[in-house]
Amino acid sequence: MAKLSDLSLKDRLWYHSYRFRRVEPLPWQPHGPPLGDCRVATVTTAGIHRPGDPPFEKVKGGDYSYRMIPEDTPLPSLACTHPSGAWDRSGVEADRNLALPLDRLRSLAEAGEIGEVAPRHVSFQGSITAPLRLVRQTGPEVARAMVSDGVDVVILTPV
Amino acid sequence: MGLIAGALEEKGIRTVCLSTFEPIMTQVRPPRWLDLPYPLGFPLGPPNQPDIQMRILRRAFRLLEESGPGPVRREYDPDTED
Repeated sequence: MAKLSDLSLKDRLWYHSYRFRRVEPLPWQPHGPPLGDCRVATVTTAGIHRPGDPPFEKVKGGDYSYRMIPEDTPLPSLACTHPSGAWDRSGVEADRNLALPLDRLRSLAEAGEIGEVAPRHVSFQGSITAPLRLVRQTGPEVARAMVSDGVDVVILTPV
Repeated sequence: MGLIAGALEEKGIRTVCLSTFEPIMTQVRPPRWLDLPYPLGFPLGPPNQPDIQMRILRRAFRLLEESGPGPVRREYDPDTED
């Protein structure tokens, strides 16, 4: 697991100046269907997107937008335009399943361990220092889209 | 990612976060998270290792069986997980 000392001086300074936000009280959905009946989606902050979609931008406060990724998108075609140098992107570049593990979820669905893979998955960019529009706009938009898609469980992959 | 997890749980969708950076997880406190012994940028472990990645996902899904309230935090041990 990564430690603070693994980061560059610049990124450590960013971390110490970052005002982390959390949701209080912590939302907790206690119930749901058995895993074998669940529709599962993934949400990443790796800043990946389809090649025809607009890239994520390096803007003050952080890019709070998101990109939808349909389930049948060929994973190797996904581009990564995350601007942060704080994380090693060689893994995601070699295997997009590290950010969106769709091949692995499909295998689990074929084995009956989960119900099915959701029709859409989501990519944010992370490193959002001014998250007001994420909290008020894009986060709830994504949640509504997931509800509309009948999603029961989301695997989150921050980088 | 904690804010996105909160928005999803508020709509009734359960979430599990795969964490490779404990300092941020303890700050943002998503509802359920699995600590993984891999570097930042490798939330499913090494690339092109389907067996390892599926073991991580299976362990993550087991967090859904935990009774709340959150945050529920568990550690992934690659030597003992089945």
